[in-house]
Amino acid sequence: MSGNWEVVIGLEIHCQLATKSKIFSGASTAYGADPNSQACLVDLGYPGVLPVLNAEVVRMATKFGLAVNASIAPRSIFARKNYFYPDLPKGYQISQYELPIVEGGELFIHGDDGNEKRIGITRAHLEEDAGKSVHEGFGDSTGIDLNRAGTPLLEIVSEPDLRSAKEAVAYMKKIHSIVRYLEISDGNMQEGSFRCDANVSVRPRGQTKLGTRAELKNLNSFRFVEKAINFEIERQIELIEDGGEVVQETRLYDSDKDETRSMRSKEEANDYRYFPDPDLLPVEIDESFVEAVRQTLPELPDVKQARFVEQYDLKAADAEILTGSRALSDYFEKLAAATDAKPQVAANWVIGDLSALLNKEGLEIQESRIDADALAGLVNRINDNTISGKIAKEVFDAMWSDGGSADDIIEAKGLKQITDTSAIEAIVDAVIAANPGQAADYRGGKDKLLGFFVGQVMKETGGKANPGQVNKLLKEKLG
Amino acid sequence: MHRQTLRGLYDGLSRGDFSSRELTEALLGRIEAHGATLNAFITVTAESALLQADLADKARANGTGGPLNGLPIVHKDLFCTKGVLTTCGSKILGDFVSPYDATVVQRMADAGAVMLGKTNMDEFAMGSSNETSFYGPVTNPWNTKLSPGGSSGGSAAAVAARLVPAATGTDTGGSIRQPAALTGIVGLKPTYGRVSRYGMVAFASSLDQAGVITRSAEDAALLLGVMAGLDKRDSTSADHPVPDYVAGLSKPVKGLKIGVVRQHFDEGLDASCAERVRASLAALEDAGASLVEIDLPSIGLSVPTYYVVAPAECSSNLSRFDGVRFGHRCGDPEDLSDLYCRSRGEGFGAEVKRRIMTGTYVLSAGYYDAYYLKAQKVRQLISRDFKNAFEKVDVIAGPTAPTTAFAIGEKTDDPITMYLNDIYTIGANLAGLPGISVPCGFADGLPVGLQLVGPHFAEETILACAHQYQQLTDWHTEGPEDFA
Amino acid sequence: MSLTKQQVQHVATLARLELEDGEVDDVVKKLSRIVDFVDQLQAVSTDDVLPMAHPLHMSQRLRADDVTEPDQRDFVQQNAPSTEKGYYLVPKVIE
Repeated sequence: MSGNWEVVIGLEIHCQLATKSKIFSGASTAYGADPNSQACLVDLGYPGVLPVLNAEVVRMATKFGLAVNASIAPRSIFARKNYFYPDLPKGYQISQYELPIVEGGELFIHGDDGNEKRIGITRAHLEEDAGKSVHEGFGDSTGIDLNRAGTPLLEIVSEPDLRSAKEAVAYMKKIHSIVRYLEISDGNMQEGSFRCDANVSVRPRGQTKLGTRAELKNLNSFRFVEKAINFEIERQIELIEDGGEVVQETRLYDSDKDETRSMRSKEEANDYRYFPDPDLLPVEIDESFVEAVRQTLPELPDVKQARFVEQYDLKAADAEILTGSRALSDYFEKLAAATDAKPQVAANWVIGDLSALLNKEGLEIQESRIDADALAGLVNRINDNTISGKIAKEVFDAMWSDGGSADDIIEAKGLKQITDTSAIEAIVDAVIAANPGQAADYRGGKDKLLGFFVGQVMKETGGKANPGQVNKLLKEKLG
Repeated sequence: MHRQTLRGLYDGLSRGDFSSRELTEALLGRIEAHGATLNAFITVTAESALLQADLADKARANGTGGPLNGLPIVHKDLFCTKGVLTTCGSKILGDFVSPYDATVVQRMADAGAVMLGKTNMDEFAMGSSNETSFYGPVTNPWNTKLSPGGSSGGSAAAVAARLVPAATGTDTGGSIRQPAALTGIVGLKPTYGRVSRYGMVAFASSLDQAGVITRSAEDAALLLGVMAGLDKRDSTSADHPVPDYVAGLSKPVKGLKIGVVRQHFDEGLDASCAERVRASLAALEDAGASLVEIDLPSIGLSVPTYYVVAPAECSSNLSRFDGVRFGHRCGDPEDLSDLYCRSRGEGFGAEVKRRIMTGTYVLSAGYYDAYYLKAQKVRQLISRDFKNAFEKVDVIAGPTAPTTAFAIGEKTDDPITMYLNDIYTIGANLAGLPGISVPCGFADGLPVGLQLVGPHFAEETILACAHQYQQLTDWHTEGPEDFA
Repeated sequence: MSLTKQQVQHVATLARLELEDGEVDDVVKKLSRIVDFVDQLQAVSTDDVLPMAHPLHMSQRLRADDVTEPDQRDFVQQNAPSTEKGYYLVPKVIE
């Protein structure tokens, strides 16, 4: 598709910070409240009220800045972005323009060529969110709910370093993972706590000057980011190849039609008249504060991933999956500590069967019906040969649906592996006796028939015989 | 009773000469009698005032009253007052009942003050003559054909006419000091950040400051002590200790270094006003102060600087009046744009619209650097001038206004003529300095004001100087005859 | 320098102010007068002068992250020109 074209993408991620109260007021930020029940006088832009900055947002922004190796501005200022819209009560949004709180960071993703790739972070600044417009259910009117107005956002702006939709998604996922590790955002995309705008342009390969970009607004899932960008890339290339020109504009992604379309209405008179907000003073952050925040930084995904490979001898891809969220990695580490089995075996259970069930039921790892200790109990019984891997799946399903420990289920259902050689020997003898023809053929050189005999023995024992023992005995008896 | 200052009334109440209820009833009677002539009030809160007065009387009997217990006060109608109409002199807030009290209002009430009503003002405090009020101009008690000045014109007229002993005001470019000068009373604008702006409907946030209008510097000191101090709801309020301003009044002027600004006596100043101001400076010199001639090289740029900074901030501050959550909404809006443009077009008066448009223009793409940023730099120069001056002197003294009160309608044709009224007061706002205007005599039968400006948080100094001047003179005891 | 009618109309649109036909000429005249007046700032040399946004040199105070504001919707909406089911109403916004 884009052989002769180079794609250039920069993302502006809007990440809602997980504070209890709003950025400039003491109203609650809880999601899903009755309309306007969490919009206090400051959020409503009442005459005479004034903003006071929430200490927690400063700490959270600082934490993020340190996590992406950025500099924390010793002095940052808030500015007003002026425009009229019904979900913007004051007629201006308080944001940061010149002198943002975080500048010049970076992170690393797997690039399209499979190598590690550095993505620059231009800046991250604090701002307030707007309210919500509800267009249905009010006849000729639009209903305005200002509960979300004043919710703190960290806007994270990347350098135009991304070269494909896939890279954009990888970058966004990385940021998503980081903010959740830092516990500064719940990252909930359905609720709009984590969304992005994408600046997309294309240029002929080899050209240094950037092409004209379009800004894709409000992409609120990883899938939409990928689809919207891919659609936009194709649109721009086709447009240029047909002799047209890309216009700098804001475009909205329509997920139903899988296309982007122009939002000219938002473009009209785009003169935001930014100026320093006289109601707020410069935010001054000293080195001791930064150091104190640095002490609270958790181990971050990249470091943890490397450690998992090193310490647990995991496959790199598995380590990446397990460190995708702090909760998942915590689950794995607890499991690994409680089992005698190889960590890779434990990892396989988490990535395989457990993840499948979680996905199927739409649960987070924290909500798993089998906790790490219980799963360790199961893995240990495989490891000490109490049950086979096959029986283990049965036990696992029972643990998931009915609860209880692996040991209790094995005991109650009588699933313990038969390891008594004389008992297995008797069954092996019986099976050979019952199938004289196959026994003769095997002895005549049809080695493949061993599997048939193993199957028969396992059938007789209800799968509880140790497969290794069965193999060994059969070979002896048929030999 | 009505001729007494707060101090005198407090003593009278303490002695039991009269009760708060009697005092309140007497003043409500005067407000009713003279209200129509002066048009000083937008709302009179007689009923709640009497309730508060009764509570004050009870508190006094119990010995639990605050420092202003039972004393009457009126608030400029841009202070939000819970459950009471708060119009800002505008049609757009014509039926706006504030759901909360401004910090100033709250602190006065907590100290026991009895609120008698809300005073008329230039619309959103944008004006120097009280003519931009949607509720009609206020007249000057000294001559009702004249303007009392503005924007706190209603507060000034009410105090000057002895309807009330004290009123709050706000001062963005001179809106307390200029009307105080033009009506022969005391007007104090504290240091920026000294008094909370929470609940003051914002005009220009980096310039607005609440203050008081009284008849004596002593009353101003008493009220400032109640109003001043940190407010956690205002990020720009200063965490600076509040001294006992009344105790500080006794400091003599002997040894005080008073700066006299060369530029203040240029041709812009009316000759008879200049003479009065010079006479008052001489009186202070006689009392032991020394006069030092100083230069404020950039002060001449204060008016144009102000008329970039203030409109810029106002254009943004007034965007919230959009007919959606409160305030005037036009009839049958066709669409969103029509709702905005007509609600605002109908709701704001001509001067407010001009300022919003000036501010929008100076912030708009292509003009920001040339106007807004430039003005912020010149503001720095002006501020620096003051800083340098205060290394040599303790206070700066001069005229408050270039002329005495002017006729209603006289300056409405040309906005610049009107803006130049504030030529001597605006500098203190740009630099955030405290300033006070005290009556210093009469020119052709009309009051003239002497302005004293001090360094940041030097309210004690300027109040003491004003108080000592009032011990030397009795200009402040004179009132307009028609309202005796 | 004088402002044109078009410039004034553009500024009025940005500021969402409807100007009556009869008002426009007066606004153009007075706004031009104001702009001419403040233009004297252009002549001032301000090299190396930092812009001044606040009168005092203070830094921003921070508020603890506590929920302090109760729901006052029904009380506050008494001031609203048009509400329904707790929402503020505006003419339908077409996106």
